[in-house]
Amino acid sequence: MTLDDLRGTLIACAGEEDSVELSGDILDMTFEDLGYDSLALMESAAKIERDHGISLPEEAVAEADTPRALLALVNGLTATAA
Amino acid sequence: MSSRRAVITGLGVVAPNGLGAEEYWKALLAGESGIAELSRFDTSRYSARLAGEIRDFDGAEHLPSRLMPQTDISTRYALAAADWALADAGIDAGAGIDDYDMGVITSTSQGGFDFTHREFHKLWSQGPEYVSVYESFAWFYAVNTGQISIRNGMRGPSAALVGEQAGGLDAIGHARRTVRRGTRLVLSGGVDSAFDPWGWSAQLAGGRVSTADDPERAYLPFDGAACGHVPGEGGAMLVVEDAESARERGAPRTYGEIAGYAATFDPSPGTGRPPGLRRAAELALADAQLTPSAIGAVFADAAGIPAFDAAEAQAVREIFGPYGVPVTAPKALTGRMYAGGGPADIAAALFALRDRVIPATAHTTSVPDSYGLDLVLGEPRPVRADAVLVLARGRHGFNAAVVLTTV
Repeated sequence: MTLDDLRGTLIACAGEEDSVELSGDILDMTFEDLGYDSLALMESAAKIERDHGISLPEEAVAEADTPRALLALVNGLTATAA
Repeated sequence: MSSRRAVITGLGVVAPNGLGAEEYWKALLAGESGIAELSRFDTSRYSARLAGEIRDFDGAEHLPSRLMPQTDISTRYALAAADWALADAGIDAGAGIDDYDMGVITSTSQGGFDFTHREFHKLWSQGPEYVSVYESFAWFYAVNTGQISIRNGMRGPSAALVGEQAGGLDAIGHARRTVRRGTRLVLSGGVDSAFDPWGWSAQLAGGRVSTADDPERAYLPFDGAACGHVPGEGGAMLVVEDAESARERGAPRTYGEIAGYAATFDPSPGTGRPPGLRRAAELALADAQLTPSAIGAVFADAAGIPAFDAAEAQAVREIFGPYGVPVTAPKALTGRMYAGGGPADIAAALFALRDRVIPATAHTTSVPDSYGLDLVLGEPRPVRADAVLVLARGRHGFNAAVVLTTV
């Protein structure tokens, strides 16, 4: 999963905050600063699970507080699954 | 309580015949109807096809994209109407009112039908992992209160009331009570919408929806040929404010005062005791310390079903005397908006007091003499008083009445 894929998923599942430039360098920004709360992340995680055929542990998603961390989690699991 | 007076300083209306309070009012005076064939889905296999549908509202134009995936269409109406009411009242971040001094009290009777229908569809066709996490609250009766509170930073005493068509007036009555208990401002009102196939089926199952095909003959309040109501969607939000607070902050306008409110519940069927609408109206008048002669117009519940119309006509006749007060039902142009109906009527009633004119009841032509009702038909009519009475009945026994006065 790429950062662009993640951007698309976040927007599709939870929209985007007007005050945040989502197309910018967001890899190490926290989801909170990007305007996404826990529900937005749950909704996005459910879509990632469906799209990639993986299962994301709830605690791991909760701990992945930046796009970099979430991508590492997802890509680690997809590599294992493949 | 106290001597605090609750006045209305802002209005936002989302109605089938007008987006915005002034647009809605103009449409009522011009007799513009929002009733037409429902266009959201193919209704050809349903017994009823006419609805008061809002056709020109795009939620994405009015709300941030973060709110779109988590809101039912009814919540989008509520949020937009709330924005408009607050803007009308001159309330923004700089209004200087503490966030704990602003509450939100709303009503909806149907909840998030359309949103939920879509999620059920995903559940049954794709599986539980496809159901949106936002379903957890998007369907819920209190969601409009919550979303308005979050969006506008209003953390004061808040609530959600459910009472079918009477619920919108109950919300406003409770907003008045809250202001009189010391909260400076309460955003209050109601909305409803259930025009997805499931919501539509649920409405038809209730047995009171008109199956007529002619948009001008389908919903005929107080007409001898009344044959049910046309469902509408939308509603109104009002800024209810302590009169002193409004004066202090220099509120741009005050539409009127909520001078009286009362609610009653009908006796069980078969007891032989009369329905509670008359008592609600009398209690609201007493609460306002007004006699019936002070009332210049009655905005009726207007069920559009002969037995209920006759019962309402009897209540009005017993209070005001035969042909004793002008009665109107602007909802003939919008359909019944359930929890949105009472607040929309209040908006119309406040404009009636402001412009000194009562909008006519559209479509109805022939009122049975036995009703003894002075229904405003054909053309709007001048108001000759400083107070009006708004009535609403909710299915299964709810009655509510609000008295509004000029200030």
